[in-house]
Amino acid sequence: MSFALDYRQYDTAGSIEIALMCGAENASIRILIIPPLFEEMNRMRRVLTTTIRHLSKVSCASYLIDLPGCNESFTPLPGQDLKSWHLAVADSAKTFMPTHIVSIRGGALIDHALPELPHWRLAPTKGASLAKTMLRTRVAADKEAGKISTVDGLIAASGLQPLELAGNLISGKMLAQLLTAEPNPLPNCENVTLGNETDQISGSALWLRTEPGDDPEMAISLSKALAEWCGA
Amino acid sequence: MTEHLSETQLESEMRSILADVLGLSNDVLTSLSANTPLFGALPELDSMAVAGLLTEMEDRLNIMIDDDDVDGEHFETFGSLVNFAKGKLSA
Repeated sequence: MSFALDYRQYDTAGSIEIALMCGAENASIRILIIPPLFEEMNRMRRVLTTTIRHLSKVSCASYLIDLPGCNESFTPLPGQDLKSWHLAVADSAKTFMPTHIVSIRGGALIDHALPELPHWRLAPTKGASLAKTMLRTRVAADKEAGKISTVDGLIAASGLQPLELAGNLISGKMLAQLLTAEPNPLPNCENVTLGNETDQISGSALWLRTEPGDDPEMAISLSKALAEWCGA
Repeated sequence: MTEHLSETQLESEMRSILADVLGLSNDVLTSLSANTPLFGALPELDSMAVAGLLTEMEDRLNIMIDDDDVDGEHFETFGSLVNFAKGKLSA
């Protein structure tokens, strides 16, 4: 049986945040999904939503969380950094009691609140790659607006006030943390990449696209791999 | 590992990077030759996409690209982009 998408709430740092939920509330397999960060989250949203619908058909309940300051959140983004997002993941886990944790791309930088649980990472990335792309986008946008800026100059300016990077107002603290952040080692963690081998996910790197896209085949491939990993 | 890419491997890696970043169809990808014009000819490749392209080249080819080194000429054709990457690999 397939379930409709629903919203659930969790509390973190005094604010109420949202998770998109699909599946039975009392499911024995409960997957917490930490989305990619910043604009990569928007680009993957559709595939992830389709994936959790598929997972509900094999009795998995999935919780795709919004990080504070992102998507439906009312919390201002400039007040967030990787630490507060790590805390948000931990708080969401207290509410949703997951049995498994999935992170995608930059989500892997903040997915280690419950190291004892099995983890599954899709194309985990270093924070520096995310930050560099956003900084380069800003330099390109400035250039088109007739302003000259440099990556180093922008990093230096971020210490004084939040920096607008690819539509995100990012604090200097967040930017500094991103530039050095790497996924934390975990005892029970599967790292999965895109490709055509049997242990890979077939699909396209939608998170890189300048235009958000869809890939229904990828959602099927993802949900199959996750169901197998969870033993659903 | 990436330092020892052959010319053909580098070309194929660059095709795959362009496919992922720009979402190019297989037809466009297979028709890419050294003389195929890119910037200004592929609508998918705008200056915003260049930002993602550079980071992805750094990650997958294990190279460092200094933004000051990047010139519009490097994106003129598929061949010039491959040559730019080749220069960074041997740097």
